Amino acid sequence: MKQRPFIGWFVSPAALVALGLAAAMAAILQYSVRAYVPGSLDVGGLTLENFTALLRPLYAWAFWGTILLCLLTATFTLFLAYPVAYALVRVRSKALKSFILIASVTPLFLGEVVRTYSWMIVLGNNGFINSVLKSLGIIDRPLQMMFTTPGVVAALVHVTMPIMVIMLAAGLSHIDRNYEKAAESLGASPVRCFLTVTLPLSMPGIVAGFSTAFAWTFSAFATPQLIGGGKVNTVSTLVYQLGFASFNFPFAASLSLAGLVMTFAVIALMKRAMRPVERLGEQ
Amino acid sequence: MPFSMRKSPLALAGILLVAIILGFVMLPAIVVTITAFNDKAILAFPPQSYSWRWFARALSYGDFQKGFWNGLIVTAWASTIALIVGSGFALALHRYAFSLKSTLEAVLLSPLVIPHFTIGLGLLILSAQLTVGRGFPLVVLAHVILVLPFVLRSVFISLQNLDGRLELAASSLGASPRRVLFTVTLPLLVPGLVSGWLFAAILSFNEFTATLFVSNQATQTLPVAMYNYVREYADPTLAALSVIYIVVTALLLTLANLFFGLGKILNVDAH
Repeated sequence: MKQRPFIGWFVSPAALVALGLAAAMAAILQYSVRAYVPGSLDVGGLTLENFTALLRPLYAWAFWGTILLCLLTATFTLFLAYPVAYALVRVRSKALKSFILIASVTPLFLGEVVRTYSWMIVLGNNGFINSVLKSLGIIDRPLQMMFTTPGVVAALVHVTMPIMVIMLAAGLSHIDRNYEKAAESLGASPVRCFLTVTLPLSMPGIVAGFSTAFAWTFSAFATPQLIGGGKVNTVSTLVYQLGFASFNFPFAASLSLAGLVMTFAVIALMKRAMRPVERLGEQ
Repeated sequence: MPFSMRKSPLALAGILLVAIILGFVMLPAIVVTITAFNDKAILAFPPQSYSWRWFARALSYGDFQKGFWNGLIVTAWASTIALIVGSGFALALHRYAFSLKSTLEAVLLSPLVIPHFTIGLGLLILSAQLTVGRGFPLVVLAHVILVLPFVLRSVFISLQNLDGRLELAASSLGASPRRVLFTVTLPLLVPGLVSGWLFAAILSFNEFTATLFVSNQATQTLPVAMYNYVREYADPTLAALSVIYIVVTALLLTLANLFFGLGKILNVDAH
């Protein structure tokens, strides 16, 4: 057997952290099948009621609405992030490259609260967009953008842009440019070369970016809570309300569990659906 | 190719498109900066008169000060623990075969796709079951779990770029495994370790959703304090604080870019 110096020192701390995470997930699983005792933080006996309650219209619609919100956000993000990632990888000037990188990545490190607050000022009735439109004489009454789904989507696209740019750029930077040169020298137009060579080759980055944007949107809480203002219900805002407004932790647990299963299912599905396209890229 | 060709109409359209998108990305930061200097207490645009007073209020507001120090405590512990745990595991992952290797890797990387509110809720319920209360250790554990994938990735990438022959040379000259680790491997990994730690620290300092679930009044970090503020008040104090945030973060990233090459850290440089 090969020597493995320090393996215990390397692996056991990580195993402890993994154990903590697994215990937290097990706690959710356990609470999700326990009865809610109103007015108490203790839970009652075993029950499946929390899962049948998920089928009630409010929760079923919020669930469906969240999935649509995630798909919409991930799609818009993909279309906005691709040109930026492309420019980031292909631009020749070093200063311009640094600028694009800093500009597109800085928001990643600002945290959801700062970014959401900034969007509240942009979208508000006395906010930036309404003031500009009003002073240009395009509108007389403010457009309602706060507390609407389009407002939430705009802010969420902004939240998922940086990670999408990073993942797309990582995929694009690993493409062997000789393939493109070959296509061009054989007479393919730039557009054709992009559509038939570059785009298929960047598919792994697109899949990774899309699934991550989906998962991040699903995870977002401050944005739908503050910009949705109770008008746009998502799984995350409902879980928080159930936990901290009505202290119904068993139901909050079953709702999060359903969300988790759904996230994993969608990501697995997306990878499977994109597999033929990826294979095209490998050829 | 839109960006490498001489200025064809296609290339110009591409440049314009990227400029517009970057404008969308930077718009909120620009708007929040203008708002922060608004003299009036109402969030209106554009401001009628300008002042620095919201910066003074942001820096002197008690909850923000407390949240800042709490955040520093949590971030220092969480990013350092994540660095030690993550670099050890990255070494094991890169070099050794061991049982449950891929399971352990999958579990530790799963916080990248598990919603933060789920992790927060799980830890909250766990702490209730173990009756350990919501103190700093719980918040730190949540942050370690959430930032570990980023440390792992950063250290793993530097391990892949490390020339293994240097270690072989050291051990063939008689250095013990411990000596090889501390005098060859770790010094060569310093850029990856520093950038991993920096990433972990920035992400931990800004983490919000999971912290909202696992913290209480005494342990709330700055983002949680900011969230509570925006729910109660609508003056530009938070805009001023956001500007400080944006400036400090952009400075840190520019420094990281100068010293380590951000493109290399994020693995987006062309090879």
